[in-house]
Order: sequence, then structure tokens, then C-alpha cells
Amino acid sequence: MVYKINYITFVLKSKLMKKLLFFLTIISISNFLVAQVRISGSVRDNRNRPVYGVSISVKDSYDGSTSDSSGNFSFRTTEKGEQTISVTSIGFNSFEQKVTLATESITLSIVLKEKLDELKAVMVTAGTFEAGDKKRAATVLSTLDIYTTGGANADISATVKTLPGAQQVGEQEGLFVRGGAGYETKQFIDGTLVNNPYFTSTPDIASRGRFSPALFKGTVFSTGGYSALYGQALSSALIMESIDLPDQTAANASISPIFLGAGYQELAKDKKSSWGVNYGYTNLVAYFKVVKQTPDYFKMPQFHSGDANFRIKTKRGGFIKYYTTFAAGKLGLRRGDIDSSYIKDAFGIDNINWYNNVSYKENLGKGWKLNSGLSYSTNLDDLTNQLQDENNQPKTFINAPWMSDKNFVLKSRQDLSQIRAVFEKRLKGISTVRFGSEYMFAYNKNTYNGLTAVLKDHYNAAFAETDIYLTNNVAAKLGTRVEYSSIIDKASIAPRLSLAYKTGKDAQVSLAYGTFYQKPENMQLLQTTNLGYTKAIHYIVNYQKMNQYYTFRIEAFYKKYEDLVKTAPVIDNSGEGYAKGIEVFLRDKKTIKNLDYWVSYSYLDTKRDYLNYPGKLKPNFAADHTVSLVTKRWVTKINTGFNFTYSYATGRPYYNFQKNNGTGKYIVADEGKTMDFHNLGFSMNYVRQVKSAYAVVVASVTNVLNSSQVYGYNYSYNGLRKEAITPPAKQFFFVGLFLSWGVDRTQDVINGNL
Amino acid sequence: MKTVFLSFTLLLSTLCLFAQSDRFQKGMEANIALLDSAKSPDDFTTVAAAFERIGDAEKTQWLPYYYAALANIWKGFTDAKANKDDVADKADALIAKAEAIAPKNSEIALEKSMAATLHMLVDPQARWQQYGSVVNSSMETAKQLDVNNPRIYYWEGQNLFGTPTQFGGGKDKAKPLFEKSLALYKTAKHVSSIYPAWGEKSAQAMLERCK
Repeated sequence: MVYKINYITFVLKSKLMKKLLFFLTIISISNFLVAQVRISGSVRDNRNRPVYGVSISVKDSYDGSTSDSSGNFSFRTTEKGEQTISVTSIGFNSFEQKVTLATESITLSIVLKEKLDELKAVMVTAGTFEAGDKKRAATVLSTLDIYTTGGANADISATVKTLPGAQQVGEQEGLFVRGGAGYETKQFIDGTLVNNPYFTSTPDIASRGRFSPALFKGTVFSTGGYSALYGQALSSALIMESIDLPDQTAANASISPIFLGAGYQELAKDKKSSWGVNYGYTNLVAYFKVVKQTPDYFKMPQFHSGDANFRIKTKRGGFIKYYTTFAAGKLGLRRGDIDSSYIKDAFGIDNINWYNNVSYKENLGKGWKLNSGLSYSTNLDDLTNQLQDENNQPKTFINAPWMSDKNFVLKSRQDLSQIRAVFEKRLKGISTVRFGSEYMFAYNKNTYNGLTAVLKDHYNAAFAETDIYLTNNVAAKLGTRVEYSSIIDKASIAPRLSLAYKTGKDAQVSLAYGTFYQKPENMQLLQTTNLGYTKAIHYIVNYQKMNQYYTFRIEAFYKKYEDLVKTAPVIDNSGEGYAKGIEVFLRDKKTIKNLDYWVSYSYLDTKRDYLNYPGKLKPNFAADHTVSLVTKRWVTKINTGFNFTYSYATGRPYYNFQKNNGTGKYIVADEGKTMDFHNLGFSMNYVRQVKSAYAVVVASVTNVLNSSQVYGYNYSYNGLRKEAITPPAKQFFFVGLFLSWGVDRTQDVINGNL
Repeated sequence: MKTVFLSFTLLLSTLCLFAQSDRFQKGMEANIALLDSAKSPDDFTTVAAAFERIGDAEKTQWLPYYYAALANIWKGFTDAKANKDDVADKADALIAKAEAIAPKNSEIALEKSMAATLHMLVDPQARWQQYGSVVNSSMETAKQLDVNNPRIYYWEGQNLFGTPTQFGGGKDKAKPLFEKSLALYKTAKHVSSIYPAWGEKSAQAMLERCK
């Protein structure tokens, strides 16, 4: 090109052409003078490690290169003069440098600063397990895992029980975490507290959770040291975040011998809103005919449940979500009375529950976000217990108080209204500050054999928390919560602190500390409101190593309980206790081909003096050693998944406390340890397409090996007889067909690519 | 004299413009050749960066970003060690740039489907619900925008090939798509030497595997 131009200029040599010549010269200099300059150098991160795959270019030109595995690069450019070298790489802040390009080679030593990235940054994992589909350090389970954990029957709590920290308690619902009782774990949906997360239970039989795992995109199981945004749970919090919009419009149906259900979910064409409804009916008549139950069910368990929701995406990317669920159910069962050879206890429940939750989250601009929620729930229980003779006729006892107390009618209503707002401001980098407050009004009305008592509590809390990231490798979370409960007229200040430090690739250490308060239980407040908060202090240290295929965690904790409620000899806050232990979790999706498994081990040493305990004792819900092994295997050829869960726990203590009428104190009249607990759960799911429907057949059974399970013992009033507390049937069988239409899964590359 | 001056100016400006577009054309052709022959993950990374540089310099051309995204996607599919999410995130960002320049483009829509597949492959069982619908809807959009784009049917066939028969996939379902794709490759117009033309050989090879 240069020659060509020179030739033209030569030919056109004439005075008249001078102007033109000048013009041409300018052009030839700026555009056609081709001489190359070599630019080379190396790219390192701030720890002086070479960075591979970095793009280096002369801005607005084609010239450039990418760094090799030693961080070196070299290229030639035809650009001249003042230019900008632009350096970009995934995971690093972009870098620009001005250079003057003449004829000499240029060597650059570039140091890139790691970009602070929420997904890559270290995260406090002490006391935190997450189930969901986010790529985060604490995410150890996916939503699908909840459905495919053998023996868990798609129950969130049952799946959580396979993680370290939770006890294998089968005689009551609730999560018994690290030496804490079931009521010390609270559940939250989109920030607001759920008052009755489980179906109302019968004595000695655990019930399921009310909420389907499909409602949530993420569930955080905190075994301690949780955020200041939550309170009133001494031991643990189960924090659930609802999904934003469904992926597609779909209809679904479920058919099983015990359950029928149907639902519809519509996603608007513009994908900005959705609504849905579901209805389900459970009836165990047929099932109980086939699978014999120990208790005699005179009212077969029947439940109706319905839910509805709508979700709207706002202009600024926020969401307004409403979810409501209504359930009505009843059951009645008869069991032999422990204080008599022929008398039976006929226990019945009628329950109605209505739960509502509205949440609103919004981007307010300038780094501000709002997360707010409103919730209202009401729960009506109608519980009766009637002593009956061998002909199932009512029987009354006048001179035996230990018997006459067993005839009762208890109507109970629990309402909870809540409002909450949390503001979040993004600070420099990815550091964040959050603050907000909440107000709850709890109304409880109990009518026991015609006597009515009402409890009302106005609860206020304000909280603030900050996440500070010094680099991607060091993070701290500082928080405080101030609470006031009107019913006990007490305030408290609960500080929380946690730290996380990345020790190497995929590895990190984190620490958590926190003080937690919880109001006394309603049963205790009915006796007196002259009580204070119960209190727990947590200290946790955790090490985690995790990559795409493996997760390994080891955690040690110490928990101190103070001001626990004692009910004897007098009711006050003089109880106390401790819990300490070590927990290990390992998940491995790779070592054994096609097999995904996790193992949890918990060692727990705990003692407490509370309720009517005569002194510091190991509580009856605490086992020293608990192990769970969960395996999942997907067989592509037959489109079937096989899932086994084996849980083992050493025996738990049981006691018979007898009251010394003189001192009002209790003494341990008898004690023992239950046999070890074994449970092998199994489930299989077969998936295939039937016409336009996508079908999943699920079959599951709990306690495959038919092991005897004893959860504890009930004593007769005089302590002379004891009876094992066992499940109503050793095994639970389930077969169901789940169909869905509308979600086109034919393209589902699920298995072909596994 | 004035006319001479004017005509020269005109000649020169065309010359410059030609040089400019020639540089683009040549640069693209060279890198497309590199992409076609890329084998190692490094090859893909290098060529993707080269396309991105061209895109950044040109600012108004969608093809460089399109190819940069494609290089990343292919890297994601061929390099077992690649962090599929990172690669697909990068592809998504490039696709967004291409789409801003050329909205409603069948080729770009198809790339979206491919990138979503990559995301899904990280954990298919858990992710198909989220990404499966994007895989399909983007493919549908691609068809709506250009029903005769042979690459769509190649890609659809490829997906069906990997889907078990119980889910409506399998060789029998994939075969007619590869055939349709190949028929369309035969009649496809060559818009220019740098316009997307890949896939014919692969479709042929896949068709062989269906027999």
C-alpha cells in the first residue's frame, strides 16, 4: 500500500498537486505506514501468581493476545502514538495503562486485582448448611436432593435430619439441634416467622412439615450462630426463601393410595407475573387396612389442604409475592392406658390452619434494597382425650386424680401477625450493611375443660448487621439484635459475630459467636408471666473444603444455656445447661461412578437442668453419636433413581421423675438408655414421558430392615410400669404417581449427558 | 482542476474505507479459520479473545461477538476441565453485546440455547427446570426468526440424540432433524464469507451415527 501511494504521488508531481500531495502525505502517515511494535510482558495477581487466559489488547484495535499458563504474553501491533493497553479477565478487575507506541518494544508487568465477587468470596459456613441451587459455599444440597433422599418422603425437616447437628427424634416433630429441644428451632419463610410449621401432632408421633420443598429456591439450615436478622430461636433456624417465578406454565396431578392432588401454575406471557393453585386430599383409610397400625384409629386421618399464590415482578426487578395455604384435618386414635389394664385413651384432633405471607423486595436504587414481609396465620386445635372402657364407652374416675386428669377437652387458638422491613445498602466492593425491624403480635387462647386463658404478646425487634469483605478471602459479619416482649416485659440485646478466612483453593475456616434469646413457651407462660428470656451462647469453629464434586466439613461447637425455665420446685428461670460436640460432613459425587453420597457424623455431649429435672442431666432427646449415610444412584438405562438413607444413633436416656411431696422437688426414680436406633430408608423414582405428560413414579419405604425402634419410655403414675414409645407402625410405605403437563422436558438432556 | 481534486478525494476515501473493511474482513476470516481448526482449550480461549478485540474495536459489528461467544461455548463443550458456568457466563455476556447490535437474529438466539445447555450440564438433574426451558424457548425463537437456519435443526437433533427415548429423544427422533439440517445446508445462501456457516460436517457425522 505504501508503495502504491508513493507511486501515485510521484506521478502527480506538479505544482498544482501540492495541496493534494500534502493531503496524501497525511493519510499515508496516519494509515499506511506499517511498522510493528512488539508488546510483551507478564500478568500476575496480587499474590504474585501468574494469571492465565487474560486478554491483553491495544484498545480499539484488533491487536492483542492472551496470557499463557505462566502469565506471559507477547504480540505485535501496528498502532502508533498514544494508546491504551486494556487488560481483562474473568474474576479480576479490568486494568488499563496508557503507553506511547513508537518503534521500540514495550515490556509490561501487569498486576491484576481480584474482583470482589459474591459468588467467589469466602462465606461464613460455621453453623450453616444450605439447600438450594445457588452457587455458594454453604450450599451442600440442591432442591432436588430433598425430593430424592431415601426415606425422607420429600419432607424438608426429614432431609435436614440427615445433616450433622440434628437428632434422629421420631416421637415428636421438630428439629432437635445440638442439645436443643424441638421448640428451640424456628422456621422462617421470606424473613417472617412461621408459627405452626408442622401439622398438629398426636402424642408420641411426629408429623410432617406443612410446606412443600418446591415452594423454595433456597433453604438455610443453621445449626447455630445464625444472623442477627432472626431471633427467638435458642438453637437453630430453618430459613426458607420462596421461588420468584416458575419456569413455565404447568399443570400437575398426584395420585397415590393415600393422597390425591392437583395443581395449576400459570406464568404470564411476558414472564413478569404468575399465579397458581394447588389442592390435595389425604386419607389413610385404605392404607391402614393394608398396613396394620399399633393404635386403633377410630377417626381415620384425613386432611384437606389447598394453597394459592401470585408473584409479580416489579419494574425495578423486585418482587411482590403472596402465598397462602389452608389445611383442615382430623384424626382419632385409641391406645391402652398405661395406668390400667383395660382402660384406653381415645385421643382426637381437629385442626384448621391458615397461613398467609406477603413479601415485597425492591431495588431502591443507589445500592439500596428493601426486603419486607407481612404474615398472618391462625391455627385452631380441638384436642380431646377420653378414657374409655373395653367397649369403648366413656369412663370417669373421681377418686383417682392421676386418671381424672386424662379426660380433657382442649381448644386452642394460636394467631400470629407479623410485619417486617429490612433495608440493605451495598457499600464499597461487595460489603453490605443491613438493618431493620419487626413487630409480631401473638394471640393465644386456650380453653381447657371450659376454663379459658388468653396470652397476648407484642414483640418488637430491631437489628443491624454488616458484611465486611476485606478481600475475596477475608470476611466478617457483625450484627446486633434488640428485642422486647411485652408479655414478660423484658428487653434483651443479642450480639452476633462471625468471621471467615479462605485458607487455600476451595478451603476456608470460619468462626461464629452469638447470643440468642427465646421467650418461655406458652405452656409455661400460662402458669406465670413472671419469667425472663431463656438464653444460649454459641461458639462455633468450622473448616470446609469444597469443589464441584466434593464437600468436606468439620465443625466443633460449644453452647452454653442460661436462664432455662424450671417448672419445679417453683417455676422460674433458674435452669441451665451446656452442649458441645464435633460434627463431620462429607459429600462425594465423583469417586464412585454414578453414585452420589453424603455422610454425616455428630458427636454430642450435653446436659441441662430444666423443667422438672432434678439436676443437670442428659436430656431424653440427645444421643451421643449420630450417623447418617445418604446414597443416590441414577441408572440412566432404565431412567430410575435408587436412593438409600441409613441413619444410626446411639441410645438416648430416659427417666422417670417422681415428685417428693414434701419438698416439691423431683427425684430420678428410674432411668435407663434406649436401644440404639437404626433406620434404613429407601426410595426410587422412575421418570418417563407419557404422551404430553411427564411422569414420575415414586416408591418409598422407611425402615427397610424392619428394625425395632424405641424412642423412649412412658411410665405409669406410680412408676411401676414402663412402656416403650414406638412408631405407630414399624414401616411406612408409599407409592405415588406424579404427573405434570406443560413443562416440556423432552429436551431434557438430564441423563444423556450424565 | 477542481474535478480532479474531488475525484481524487473520492478515490482516496473509498480506498480508506476499503482498507478499513478489508481489515475487518481479513481479520474475521483469519480468526474463523483458527476457530474451525481449534482443538485445545487454549486455542478456543485465544481465538475468543481475538474475536472480542475485533468486536470492541469495531463496535457496530455483531459477528465478532457472535464468534467470540461461539468459541467460548465450544470450549465449554469440549474441555472437560472447563468451569462450564464461567465459560457460559462469559458467552452470555458476549451474546448480550451481539444482540444489542443485531436484535432478533436467529443465529444469536441459537447461541442462547447453546449457552443455556452449558449451564444446565453443570448439574443436569437439578438445573434442567431452570435452564431446560431457556434451551427450548431460545431454539423456538431462532426458528421464528429464520425457519431455514440449518444450524437450529442440527442443534435440535444433537439434543434429541442425547435424550433417552423414554423422554421422546433417541436416534430415530434425531435422524430426520439431521436430514432436514443437511438439506438446508445445501440450499443455504452464502451471505458472505464471514457469516455463520458451521455445522454441516458435524450434522453429516451425526447422521452417520444415527444409521
